[in-house]
Amino acid sequence: MLNASLRQLSLLLSEKKISSTELTSEFLSRIKALNPDLNAFITIDEEKSLDQASAADQMIAAGRSTPLTGIPIAQKDIFCARGWLTTCGSKMLSNFVSPYDATVIERFDQAGMVNLGKTNMDEFAMGSSNETSYYGPVKNPWDRLAVPGGSSGGSACAVAARLAPVATGSDTGGSIRQPAALCGISGIKPTYGLVSRYGMIAFASSLDQGGPMAKSAEDLALLLNTMVGFDEHDSTSLQRAKENYAQDLEKPVNGLRIGLPKEFFAEGMSSDVSSAIEAALAEYRKLGATFVEVSLPNSKLAVPVYYVLAPAEASSNLSRFDGARYGYRTAQYSSLEDLYTKTRAEGFGEEVKRRILIGTYVLSHGYYDAYYLQAQKLRRLIAEDFRKAFEQCDLIMGPTTPTVAFNIGEKCDDPIQMYLSDIYTSTASLAGLPGMSIPAGFGSKNRPVGLHIIGNYFQEAQMLNVAHCYQQVTNWHELTPPENL
Amino acid sequence: MTLSLDDIRRVAKLARIEISETDAQQNLVRLSGIFDLIEQMRAVDTQGIKPMSHSQDMVQRLREDIVTESDQRVLFQSVAPQVEDGYYLVPKVIE
Repeated sequence: MLNASLRQLSLLLSEKKISSTELTSEFLSRIKALNPDLNAFITIDEEKSLDQASAADQMIAAGRSTPLTGIPIAQKDIFCARGWLTTCGSKMLSNFVSPYDATVIERFDQAGMVNLGKTNMDEFAMGSSNETSYYGPVKNPWDRLAVPGGSSGGSACAVAARLAPVATGSDTGGSIRQPAALCGISGIKPTYGLVSRYGMIAFASSLDQGGPMAKSAEDLALLLNTMVGFDEHDSTSLQRAKENYAQDLEKPVNGLRIGLPKEFFAEGMSSDVSSAIEAALAEYRKLGATFVEVSLPNSKLAVPVYYVLAPAEASSNLSRFDGARYGYRTAQYSSLEDLYTKTRAEGFGEEVKRRILIGTYVLSHGYYDAYYLQAQKLRRLIAEDFRKAFEQCDLIMGPTTPTVAFNIGEKCDDPIQMYLSDIYTSTASLAGLPGMSIPAGFGSKNRPVGLHIIGNYFQEAQMLNVAHCYQQVTNWHELTPPENL
Repeated sequence: MTLSLDDIRRVAKLARIEISETDAQQNLVRLSGIFDLIEQMRAVDTQGIKPMSHSQDMVQRLREDIVTESDQRVLFQSVAPQVEDGYYLVPKVIE
Protein backbone atom coordinates (compact mmCIF):
# COMPACT_ATOMS: atom_id res chain seq x y z
CA MET A 1 0.00 0.00 0.00
CA LEU A 2 2.93 2.32 0.70
CA ASN A 3 3.92 2.04 -2.94
CA ALA A 4 0.42 2.21 -4.38
CA SER A 5 -0.44 4.79 -7.02
CA LEU A 6 -3.25 7.30 -6.54
CA ARG A 7 -5.38 5.28 -8.95
CA GLN A 8 -4.83 2.09 -6.92
CA LEU A 9 -5.53 3.84 -3.61
CA SER A 10 -8.66 5.41 -5.04
CA LEU A 11 -9.92 1.99 -6.13
CA LEU A 12 -9.19 0.40 -2.73
CA LEU A 13 -11.08 3.22 -1.04
CA SER A 14 -14.08 3.24 -3.35
CA GLU A 15 -14.41 -0.54 -3.16
CA LYS A 16 -14.23 -0.18 0.64
CA LYS A 17 -11.29 -2.57 0.88
CA ILE A 18 -9.65 0.02 3.10
CA SER A 19 -10.92 3.11 4.87
CA SER A 20 -9.30 6.53 4.78
CA THR A 21 -8.92 6.25 8.55
CA GLU A 22 -6.87 3.05 8.19
CA LEU A 23 -4.80 4.50 5.35
CA THR A 24 -4.14 7.74 7.23
CA SER A 25 -3.23 5.86 10.44
CA GLU A 26 -0.74 3.74 8.57
CA PHE A 27 1.07 6.77 7.15
CA LEU A 28 0.92 8.58 10.51
CA SER A 29 2.56 5.66 12.29
CA ARG A 30 5.25 5.52 9.61
CA ILE A 31 5.89 9.24 10.10
CA LYS A 32 6.13 8.69 13.84
CA ALA A 33 8.72 5.97 13.34
CA LEU A 34 10.88 7.57 10.64
CA ASN A 35 10.45 11.33 10.95
CA PRO A 36 12.64 11.79 14.05
CA ASP A 37 15.64 10.92 11.88
CA LEU A 38 14.53 12.20 8.44
CA ASN A 39 13.00 15.48 9.73
CA ALA A 40 10.68 15.76 6.73
CA PHE A 41 7.76 17.18 8.73
CA ILE A 42 7.66 20.31 10.88
CA THR A 43 4.12 19.74 12.16
CA ILE A 44 1.99 16.65 12.47
CA ASP A 45 -1.42 16.73 14.12
CA GLU A 46 -2.92 13.25 14.30
CA GLU A 47 -6.27 14.43 15.58
CA LYS A 48 -6.79 16.89 12.73
CA SER A 49 -5.67 14.38 10.10
CA LEU A 50 -7.89 11.62 11.50
CA ASP A 51 -10.88 13.99 11.67
CA GLN A 52 -10.41 14.71 7.98
CA ALA A 53 -10.03 10.99 7.27
CA SER A 54 -13.28 10.20 9.02
CA ALA A 55 -15.05 12.97 7.08
CA ALA A 56 -13.62 11.45 3.89
CA ASP A 57 -14.94 8.02 4.89
CA GLN A 58 -18.38 9.59 5.26
CA MET A 59 -18.06 11.22 1.82
CA ILE A 60 -17.24 7.81 0.33
CA ALA A 61 -20.11 6.12 2.20
CA ALA A 62 -22.49 8.79 0.93
CA GLY A 63 -21.29 8.30 -2.66
CA ARG A 64 -19.94 11.85 -2.89
CA SER A 65 -16.29 10.99 -3.45
CA THR A 66 -13.83 12.33 -6.02
CA PRO A 67 -10.84 10.33 -7.34
CA LEU A 68 -8.74 11.85 -4.54
CA THR A 69 -11.15 11.46 -1.59
CA GLY A 70 -9.60 9.82 1.46
CA ILE A 71 -6.02 9.90 0.19
CA PRO A 72 -3.46 11.58 2.47
CA ILE A 73 -1.25 14.40 1.20
CA ALA A 74 1.71 16.13 2.84
CA GLN A 75 1.52 19.92 2.55
CA LYS A 76 4.61 22.10 2.23
CA ASP A 77 4.72 24.49 5.18
CA ILE A 78 4.56 27.47 2.80
CA PHE A 79 0.80 26.92 2.35
CA CYS A 80 -1.38 28.55 5.02
CA ALA A 81 -3.79 26.00 6.48
CA ARG A 82 -6.48 27.16 8.87
CA GLY A 83 -5.77 26.04 12.44
CA TRP A 84 -2.37 24.58 11.51
CA LEU A 85 0.96 26.00 12.58
CA THR A 86 2.33 27.49 9.33
CA THR A 87 6.00 28.42 9.76
CA CYS A 88 7.48 28.65 6.24
CA GLY A 89 10.57 27.13 7.88
CA SER A 90 11.25 30.35 9.80
CA LYS A 91 11.57 31.44 13.42
CA MET A 92 9.65 34.52 12.25
CA LEU A 93 6.49 32.40 11.88
CA SER A 94 7.31 29.80 14.54
CA ASN A 95 4.17 30.78 16.48
CA PHE A 96 1.87 31.47 13.51
CA VAL A 97 -1.32 29.41 13.47
CA SER A 98 -2.95 30.41 10.20
CA PRO A 99 -6.43 31.94 10.48
CA TYR A 100 -7.22 31.04 6.84
CA ASP A 101 -6.65 28.47 4.10
CA ALA A 102 -4.52 28.89 0.99
CA THR A 103 -6.55 28.17 -2.15
CA VAL A 104 -4.40 25.08 -2.80
CA ILE A 105 -5.28 23.72 0.66
CA GLU A 106 -8.94 24.57 0.16
CA ARG A 107 -9.08 22.77 -3.21
CA PHE A 108 -7.51 19.57 -1.82
CA ASP A 109 -9.77 19.75 1.26
CA GLN A 110 -12.82 20.03 -0.96
CA ALA A 111 -11.69 17.02 -2.98
CA GLY A 112 -11.65 15.11 0.32
CA MET A 113 -7.89 14.66 0.65
CA VAL A 114 -6.43 14.30 4.12
CA ASN A 115 -3.73 16.74 5.27
CA LEU A 116 -1.02 14.50 6.78
CA GLY A 117 1.05 17.38 8.11
CA LYS A 118 3.25 20.31 7.13
CA THR A 119 6.61 19.55 5.56
CA ASN A 120 10.00 21.02 6.28
CA MET A 121 11.53 23.50 3.83
CA ASP A 122 14.27 26.06 3.41
CA GLU A 123 13.39 29.22 5.32
CA PHE A 124 10.91 31.23 3.20
CA ALA A 125 11.79 28.82 0.35
CA MET A 126 15.26 30.38 0.04
CA GLY A 127 17.68 27.54 -0.44
CA SER A 128 18.59 24.52 -2.53
CA SER A 129 19.42 22.03 0.21
CA ASN A 130 16.84 22.41 2.98
CA GLU A 131 19.64 23.47 5.30
CA THR A 132 18.36 27.02 5.89
CA SER A 133 15.26 25.77 7.77
CA TYR A 134 14.88 27.03 11.34
CA TYR A 135 13.72 23.46 12.06
CA GLY A 136 16.97 21.85 10.97
CA PRO A 137 18.05 20.05 7.82
CA VAL A 138 16.06 17.22 6.21
CA LYS A 139 17.92 14.04 5.34
CA ASN A 140 17.89 12.41 1.92
CA PRO A 141 16.26 8.99 2.39
CA TRP A 142 18.57 7.43 -0.25
CA ASP A 143 21.64 8.45 1.72
CA ARG A 144 21.15 10.13 5.05
CA LEU A 145 24.45 11.97 4.78
CA ALA A 146 23.10 13.83 1.75
CA VAL A 147 20.79 16.82 1.41
CA PRO A 148 17.32 16.20 -0.06
CA GLY A 149 17.51 19.38 -2.14
CA GLY A 150 15.36 22.42 -1.58
CA SER A 151 13.38 24.30 -0.96
CA SER A 152 10.63 21.64 -1.00
CA GLY A 153 13.03 19.14 0.63
CA GLY A 154 10.60 17.88 3.28
CA SER A 155 7.93 17.10 0.69
CA ALA A 156 10.44 15.31 -1.58
CA CYS A 157 11.81 13.30 1.34
CA ALA A 158 8.30 12.40 2.56
CA VAL A 159 7.27 10.98 -0.84
CA ALA A 160 10.62 9.21 -1.44
CA ALA A 161 10.60 7.58 2.02
CA ARG A 162 6.91 6.66 1.59
CA LEU A 163 5.86 8.79 4.58
CA ALA A 164 3.14 10.20 2.31
CA PRO A 165 1.66 9.02 -0.98
CA VAL A 166 1.93 12.51 -2.51
CA ALA A 167 2.83 16.08 -1.48
CA THR A 168 2.70 19.71 -2.53
CA GLY A 169 5.66 21.93 -3.25
CA SER A 170 6.39 25.39 -4.55
CA ASP A 171 8.97 26.42 -7.11
CA THR A 172 10.56 29.85 -7.58
CA GLY A 173 13.88 28.93 -9.21
CA GLY A 174 13.72 25.13 -9.01
CA SER A 175 12.30 24.32 -5.56
CA ILE A 176 10.02 21.50 -6.76
CA ARG A 177 12.23 20.06 -9.50
CA GLN A 178 15.61 20.12 -7.77
CA PRO A 179 14.52 18.20 -4.60
CA ALA A 180 12.41 15.84 -6.75
CA ALA A 181 15.58 15.04 -8.72
CA LEU A 182 17.79 14.61 -5.66
CA CYS A 183 15.25 12.36 -3.89
CA GLY A 184 14.32 10.27 -6.94
CA ILE A 185 10.68 11.32 -7.28
CA SER A 186 8.54 13.16 -9.86
CA GLY A 187 7.55 16.82 -9.57
CA ILE A 188 6.09 19.45 -11.86
CA LYS A 189 6.09 23.24 -11.77
CA PRO A 190 3.19 24.29 -13.99
CA THR A 191 3.11 27.37 -16.23
CA TYR A 192 3.17 30.50 -14.06
CA GLY A 193 -0.41 31.55 -13.26
CA LEU A 194 -2.12 28.14 -13.35
CA VAL A 195 -1.95 27.35 -9.62
CA SER A 196 -3.25 29.99 -7.22
CA ARG A 197 -0.68 31.79 -5.08
CA TYR A 198 -3.32 32.91 -2.55
CA GLY A 199 -2.17 31.84 0.91
CA MET A 200 1.15 30.53 -0.40
CA ILE A 201 3.62 32.66 1.54
CA ALA A 202 5.30 34.95 -1.00
CA PHE A 203 8.99 34.83 -1.86
CA ALA A 204 9.37 36.26 -5.41
CA SER A 205 5.88 36.89 -6.70
CA SER A 206 6.67 37.03 -10.43
CA LEU A 207 8.23 33.54 -10.22
CA ASP A 208 6.49 31.64 -7.36
CA GLN A 209 4.34 28.75 -8.50
CA GLY A 210 2.88 25.82 -6.57
CA GLY A 211 2.85 22.30 -7.93
CA PRO A 212 2.52 18.63 -7.00
CA MET A 213 5.23 16.10 -6.03
CA ALA A 214 4.60 12.38 -6.35
CA LYS A 215 6.03 9.01 -7.35
CA SER A 216 4.84 9.07 -10.96
CA ALA A 217 3.71 11.36 -13.77
CA GLU A 218 0.27 9.76 -13.62
CA ASP A 219 -0.12 10.78 -9.96
CA LEU A 220 1.04 14.32 -10.83
CA ALA A 221 -1.65 14.55 -13.53
CA LEU A 222 -4.41 13.56 -11.11
CA LEU A 223 -3.20 16.10 -8.54
CA LEU A 224 -2.95 18.87 -11.14
CA ASN A 225 -6.58 18.26 -12.10
CA THR A 226 -7.52 19.49 -8.62
CA MET A 227 -4.72 21.99 -8.03
CA VAL A 228 -5.08 24.08 -11.21
CA GLY A 229 -7.89 26.58 -11.58
CA PHE A 230 -8.72 30.26 -11.72
CA ASP A 231 -8.79 32.06 -8.37
CA GLU A 232 -10.14 35.58 -8.02
CA HIS A 233 -8.03 36.00 -4.86
CA ASP A 234 -4.82 35.85 -6.91
CA SER A 235 -4.32 38.82 -9.23
CA THR A 236 -2.07 36.84 -11.60
CA SER A 237 -4.29 33.75 -11.75
CA LEU A 238 -5.09 32.79 -15.34
CA GLN A 239 -8.63 32.27 -16.63
CA ARG A 240 -8.55 29.22 -18.89
CA ALA A 241 -10.84 26.36 -19.85
CA LYS A 242 -10.58 23.37 -17.52
CA GLU A 243 -8.16 20.74 -18.75
CA ASN A 244 -7.90 17.02 -17.95
CA TYR A 245 -4.17 16.50 -17.45
CA ALA A 246 -4.53 12.71 -17.37
CA GLN A 247 -6.27 12.57 -20.72
CA ASP A 248 -3.23 12.15 -22.99
CA LEU A 249 -1.04 10.06 -20.69
CA GLU A 250 -1.03 6.98 -22.92
CA LYS A 251 -0.51 8.78 -26.23
CA PRO A 252 2.47 7.31 -28.17
CA VAL A 253 5.49 9.64 -28.25
CA ASN A 254 6.79 8.47 -31.58
CA GLY A 255 7.69 11.41 -33.78
CA LEU A 256 8.17 13.67 -30.76
CA ARG A 257 10.90 16.26 -31.35
CA ILE A 258 13.04 16.64 -28.23
CA GLY A 259 15.24 19.75 -28.08
CA LEU A 260 18.62 19.39 -26.40
CA PRO A 261 20.11 22.80 -25.51
CA LYS A 262 23.81 22.60 -26.26
CA GLU A 263 24.52 24.90 -23.30
CA PHE A 264 22.95 22.34 -20.89
CA PHE A 265 25.18 19.56 -22.17
CA ALA A 266 28.39 21.55 -21.99
CA GLU A 267 30.73 22.07 -19.04
CA GLY A 268 29.36 21.93 -15.52
CA MET A 269 27.45 18.66 -15.70
CA SER A 270 29.18 15.85 -13.81
CA SER A 271 29.92 12.64 -15.69
CA ASP A 272 27.65 10.39 -13.59
CA VAL A 273 24.66 12.68 -14.23
CA SER A 274 25.61 12.88 -17.90
CA SER A 275 25.59 9.07 -18.36
CA ALA A 276 22.19 8.73 -16.62
CA ILE A 277 20.72 11.43 -18.86
CA GLU A 278 22.22 9.85 -22.00
CA ALA A 279 20.61 6.54 -21.01
CA ALA A 280 17.23 8.23 -20.49
CA LEU A 281 17.47 9.88 -23.91
CA ALA A 282 18.29 6.49 -25.45
CA GLU A 283 14.97 5.19 -24.02
CA TYR A 284 13.18 8.02 -25.79
CA ARG A 285 14.98 7.17 -29.01
CA LYS A 286 13.65 3.60 -28.66
CA LEU A 287 10.17 5.02 -28.16
CA GLY A 288 10.46 6.78 -31.50
CA ALA A 289 11.40 10.31 -30.45
CA THR A 290 13.86 12.37 -32.46
CA PHE A 291 16.44 14.84 -31.19
CA VAL A 292 17.33 18.31 -32.33
CA GLU A 293 20.10 20.50 -30.99
CA VAL A 294 18.82 23.88 -29.86
CA SER A 295 20.57 26.84 -28.30
CA LEU A 296 19.73 28.97 -25.26
CA PRO A 297 22.64 31.41 -25.58
CA ASN A 298 21.58 33.58 -22.65
CA SER A 299 21.08 30.71 -20.20
CA LYS A 300 24.51 31.36 -18.67
CA LEU A 301 23.06 34.62 -17.36
CA ALA A 302 20.06 32.95 -15.70
CA VAL A 303 21.67 32.53 -12.29
CA PRO A 304 22.89 36.16 -11.98
CA VAL A 305 19.55 37.46 -13.34
CA TYR A 306 17.64 35.23 -10.93
CA TYR A 307 19.77 36.40 -7.99
CA VAL A 308 18.88 40.01 -8.75
CA LEU A 309 15.15 39.57 -9.45
CA ALA A 310 14.26 37.05 -6.74
CA PRO A 311 15.98 38.89 -3.85
CA ALA A 312 14.54 42.22 -5.08
CA GLU A 313 11.01 40.84 -4.96
CA ALA A 314 11.76 39.04 -1.69
CA SER A 315 13.01 42.20 0.01
CA SER A 316 9.68 43.81 -0.78
CA ASN A 317 7.52 40.80 0.16
CA LEU A 318 9.32 40.17 3.43
CA SER A 319 8.92 43.75 4.62
CA ARG A 320 5.53 42.60 6.00
CA PHE A 321 7.27 40.76 8.85
CA ASP A 322 7.44 43.61 11.32
CA GLY A 323 6.61 42.05 14.69
CA ALA A 324 3.42 44.13 14.92
CA ARG A 325 0.59 42.06 13.44
CA TYR A 326 1.58 38.40 13.57
CA GLY A 327 4.56 36.13 14.03
CA TYR A 328 7.65 36.58 16.15
CA ARG A 329 8.31 39.75 18.19
CA THR A 330 11.60 40.48 19.98
CA ALA A 331 11.42 40.40 23.79
CA GLN A 332 12.95 43.81 24.53
CA TYR A 333 12.67 47.03 22.60
CA SER A 334 12.75 50.74 23.30
CA SER A 335 11.00 52.24 20.26
CA LEU A 336 9.04 51.20 17.17
CA GLU A 337 12.22 51.33 15.05
CA ASP A 338 13.98 49.19 17.65
CA LEU A 339 11.05 46.73 17.63
CA TYR A 340 11.31 46.34 13.82
CA THR A 341 15.08 46.02 13.56
CA LYS A 342 15.51 43.60 16.48
CA THR A 343 12.51 41.46 15.49
CA ARG A 344 13.84 41.12 11.94
CA ALA A 345 17.45 40.53 13.08
CA GLU A 346 16.33 37.72 15.42
CA GLY A 347 13.42 36.31 13.40
CA PHE A 348 15.17 35.82 10.04
CA GLY A 349 18.02 33.37 9.43
CA GLU A 350 21.31 34.21 7.71
CA GLU A 351 20.35 33.26 4.14
CA VAL A 352 17.07 35.18 4.29
CA LYS A 353 18.81 38.28 5.66
CA ARG A 354 21.49 37.99 2.98
CA ARG A 355 18.84 37.96 0.24
CA ILE A 356 16.92 40.85 1.77
CA LEU A 357 20.16 42.85 1.80
CA ILE A 358 20.90 42.01 -1.87
CA GLY A 359 17.34 42.90 -2.84
CA THR A 360 17.35 46.15 -0.90
CA TYR A 361 20.65 47.11 -2.48
CA VAL A 362 19.64 46.47 -6.09
CA LEU A 363 16.40 48.41 -5.60
CA SER A 364 17.99 51.33 -3.78
CA HIS A 365 18.40 54.81 -5.20
CA GLY A 366 20.93 55.00 -8.01
CA TYR A 367 21.22 51.25 -8.58
CA TYR A 368 17.77 50.33 -9.89
CA ASP A 369 18.59 50.72 -13.63
CA ALA A 370 21.95 49.00 -13.38
CA TYR A 371 20.62 45.92 -11.63
CA TYR A 372 16.86 45.41 -11.50
CA LEU A 373 16.00 46.90 -14.89
CA GLN A 374 19.00 45.26 -16.56
CA ALA A 375 17.96 41.89 -15.09
CA GLN A 376 14.42 42.34 -16.41
CA LYS A 377 15.78 43.05 -19.90
CA LEU A 378 17.91 39.93 -19.77
CA ARG A 379 14.89 38.01 -18.57
CA ARG A 380 13.24 38.88 -21.87
CA LEU A 381 16.30 37.65 -23.82
CA ILE A 382 16.14 34.36 -21.90
CA ALA A 383 12.42 33.97 -22.68
CA GLU A 384 13.12 34.82 -26.36
CA ASP A 385 15.76 32.06 -26.51
CA PHE A 386 13.08 29.57 -25.50
CA ARG A 387 10.57 30.97 -27.98
CA LYS A 388 13.06 30.39 -30.79
CA ALA A 389 14.00 26.93 -29.50
CA PHE A 390 10.35 25.84 -29.42
CA GLU A 391 10.08 26.65 -33.15
CA GLN A 392 12.32 23.62 -33.71
CA CYS A 393 11.11 21.16 -31.05
CA ASP A 394 8.08 20.06 -28.99
CA LEU A 395 9.81 20.06 -25.64
CA ILE A 396 13.25 20.38 -24.13
CA MET A 397 15.22 17.87 -22.05
CA GLY A 398 18.36 17.94 -19.98
CA PRO A 399 19.57 17.25 -16.46
CA THR A 400 17.61 18.80 -13.57
CA THR A 401 20.80 19.43 -11.59
CA PRO A 402 24.50 19.43 -12.52
CA THR A 403 25.37 16.86 -9.82
CA VAL A 404 23.64 14.32 -7.58
CA ALA A 405 22.83 15.35 -3.98
CA PHE A 406 25.80 16.77 -2.10
CA ASN A 407 26.52 16.13 1.57
CA ILE A 408 24.78 18.00 4.37
CA GLY A 409 27.08 20.86 5.36
CA GLU A 410 29.22 20.61 2.21
CA LYS A 411 28.11 23.88 0.56
CA CYS A 412 26.82 25.84 3.56
CA ASP A 413 29.76 28.21 3.58
CA ASP A 414 29.69 28.83 -0.13
CA PRO A 415 26.40 30.44 -1.20
CA ILE A 416 27.61 30.90 -4.79
CA GLN A 417 28.24 27.17 -5.30
CA MET A 418 24.79 26.57 -3.86
CA TYR A 419 23.21 29.15 -6.21
CA LEU A 420 24.88 27.57 -9.25
CA SER A 421 23.06 24.29 -8.61
CA ASP A 422 19.92 26.11 -9.86
CA ILE A 423 21.41 26.72 -13.30
CA TYR A 424 19.06 24.53 -15.37
CA THR A 425 15.87 25.09 -13.42
CA SER A 426 16.05 28.87 -12.96
CA THR A 427 16.33 29.41 -16.73
CA ALA A 428 12.84 27.94 -17.28
CA SER A 429 11.47 29.74 -14.21
CA LEU A 430 12.50 33.15 -15.54
CA ALA A 431 10.62 32.48 -18.77
CA GLY A 432 7.57 31.30 -16.74
CA LEU A 433 7.60 27.96 -18.57
CA PRO A 434 6.42 24.67 -17.06
CA GLY A 435 9.19 22.33 -15.92
CA MET A 436 9.28 18.89 -14.42
CA SER A 437 11.76 16.38 -13.07
CA ILE A 438 11.40 12.61 -13.21
CA PRO A 439 13.69 9.91 -11.79
CA ALA A 440 16.25 8.71 -14.35
CA GLY A 441 18.52 6.34 -12.48
CA PHE A 442 21.42 6.83 -10.13
CA GLY A 443 24.80 8.52 -10.14
CA SER A 444 27.73 8.51 -7.80
CA LYS A 445 27.21 6.93 -4.33
CA ASN A 446 23.93 5.54 -5.63
CA ARG A 447 22.24 8.93 -5.33
CA PRO A 448 19.29 9.69 -7.68
CA VAL A 449 19.49 11.64 -10.95
CA GLY A 450 16.58 13.65 -12.35
CA LEU A 451 15.64 14.17 -16.00
CA HIS A 452 14.44 17.75 -16.57
CA ILE A 453 11.61 18.30 -19.03
CA ILE A 454 10.76 21.86 -20.06
CA GLY A 455 7.55 22.36 -22.00
CA ASN A 456 6.13 25.27 -23.91
CA TYR A 457 3.50 27.40 -22.11
CA PHE A 458 0.43 25.35 -21.06
CA GLN A 459 1.88 22.07 -22.41
CA GLU A 460 1.64 20.26 -19.05
CA ALA A 461 -0.55 17.47 -20.49
CA GLN A 462 2.04 16.78 -23.17
CA MET A 463 4.93 16.81 -20.66
CA LEU A 464 3.06 14.40 -18.38
CA ASN A 465 2.34 12.16 -21.36
CA VAL A 466 6.02 12.13 -22.33
CA ALA A 467 7.06 11.40 -18.74
CA HIS A 468 4.41 8.69 -18.33
CA CYS A 469 5.59 6.85 -21.48
CA TYR A 470 9.12 6.77 -20.06
CA GLN A 471 7.78 5.44 -16.75
CA GLN A 472 5.98 2.64 -18.61
CA VAL A 473 9.31 1.32 -19.94
CA THR A 474 11.54 2.08 -16.91
CA ASN A 475 11.06 1.45 -13.19
CA TRP A 476 13.22 4.15 -11.57
CA HIS A 477 10.09 5.78 -10.14
CA GLU A 478 9.07 2.55 -8.41
CA LEU A 479 12.35 2.00 -6.58
CA THR A 480 12.44 2.83 -2.88
CA PRO A 481 15.29 3.66 -0.53
CA PRO A 482 16.64 0.22 0.50
CA GLU A 483 16.53 0.36 4.29
CA ASN A 484 12.90 1.39 4.42
CA LEU A 485 10.74 -1.50 3.36
CA MET B 1 32.21 46.67 -8.23
CA THR B 2 33.40 47.12 -4.67
CA LEU B 3 31.07 47.06 -1.72
CA SER B 4 32.04 48.83 1.47
CA LEU B 5 31.10 48.26 5.09
CA ASP B 6 29.15 51.51 4.88
CA ASP B 7 27.07 50.06 2.01
CA ILE B 8 26.21 47.03 4.15
CA ARG B 9 25.22 49.22 7.12
CA ARG B 10 23.15 51.54 4.90
CA VAL B 11 21.28 48.67 3.24
CA ALA B 12 20.65 46.95 6.59
CA LYS B 13 19.20 50.21 7.89
CA LEU B 14 16.94 50.51 4.83
CA ALA B 15 15.83 46.90 5.32
CA ARG B 16 15.20 47.49 9.05
CA ILE B 17 17.52 44.71 10.16
CA GLU B 18 19.80 45.35 13.13
CA ILE B 19 23.32 44.35 12.22
CA SER B 20 26.34 43.82 14.47
CA GLU B 21 29.90 44.70 13.40
CA THR B 22 30.73 40.99 13.02
CA ASP B 23 27.62 40.39 10.90
CA ALA B 24 28.44 43.41 8.74
CA GLN B 25 31.99 42.12 8.15
CA GLN B 26 30.76 38.65 7.27
CA ASN B 27 28.06 39.99 4.96
CA LEU B 28 30.61 42.19 3.21
CA VAL B 29 32.62 39.11 2.24
CA ARG B 30 29.60 37.04 1.19
CA LEU B 31 27.77 39.80 -0.68
CA SER B 32 30.93 40.89 -2.52
CA GLY B 33 31.22 37.36 -3.90
CA ILE B 34 27.58 37.35 -4.96
CA PHE B 35 27.90 40.74 -6.62
CA ASP B 36 30.92 39.49 -8.57
CA LEU B 37 28.59 36.85 -10.01
CA ILE B 38 25.93 39.46 -10.70
CA GLU B 39 28.47 41.68 -12.51
CA GLN B 40 28.54 39.22 -15.48
CA MET B 41 25.02 40.33 -16.18
CA ARG B 42 25.85 44.02 -16.36
CA ALA B 43 28.34 43.60 -19.19
CA VAL B 44 25.62 42.61 -21.70
CA ASP B 45 24.37 45.27 -24.12
CA THR B 46 20.61 45.49 -23.65
CA GLN B 47 19.89 48.72 -25.49
CA GLY B 48 16.39 48.78 -26.95
CA ILE B 49 15.19 45.66 -25.10
CA LYS B 50 11.91 46.00 -23.27
CA PRO B 51 12.14 44.91 -19.63
CA MET B 52 10.11 41.78 -18.82
CA SER B 53 8.44 42.20 -15.46
CA HIS B 54 6.18 39.23 -15.78
CA SER B 55 6.07 36.00 -17.77
CA GLN B 56 2.51 36.44 -18.99
CA ASP B 57 1.47 39.48 -20.97
CA MET B 58 -1.50 40.38 -18.83
CA VAL B 59 -3.22 43.46 -17.56
CA GLN B 60 -4.46 43.99 -14.05
CA ARG B 61 -7.86 42.42 -13.67
CA LEU B 62 -10.62 44.72 -12.38
CA ARG B 63 -13.68 43.80 -10.36
CA GLU B 64 -16.93 45.41 -9.29
CA ASP B 65 -16.47 47.82 -6.38
CA ILE B 66 -18.58 45.84 -3.93
CA VAL B 67 -17.92 44.42 -0.47
CA THR B 68 -16.67 40.83 -0.71
CA GLU B 69 -14.98 40.31 2.66
CA SER B 70 -16.59 40.05 6.07
CA ASP B 71 -15.14 41.53 9.27
CA GLN B 72 -12.70 39.02 10.79
CA ARG B 73 -10.83 41.37 13.10
CA VAL B 74 -11.04 39.13 16.17
CA LEU B 75 -9.82 36.08 14.26
CA PHE B 76 -6.96 37.92 12.58
CA GLN B 77 -5.89 39.64 15.80
CA SER B 78 -5.81 36.32 17.61
CA VAL B 79 -2.32 35.76 16.15
CA ALA B 80 -0.98 39.26 16.96
CA PRO B 81 1.85 39.69 19.49
CA GLN B 82 -0.06 42.39 21.42
CA VAL B 83 -3.49 43.96 20.99
CA GLU B 84 -5.73 46.20 23.05
CA ASP B 85 -9.36 47.20 22.36
CA GLY B 86 -9.07 45.88 18.81
CA TYR B 87 -5.85 47.79 18.06
CA TYR B 88 -2.35 46.45 17.44
CA LEU B 89 -0.06 47.65 20.22
CA VAL B 90 3.39 49.04 19.34
CA PRO B 91 5.69 51.47 21.17
CA LYS B 92 4.53 55.08 21.15
CA VAL B 93 5.64 56.99 18.02
CA ILE B 94 4.23 60.48 18.80
CA GLU B 95 5.15 62.20 22.03
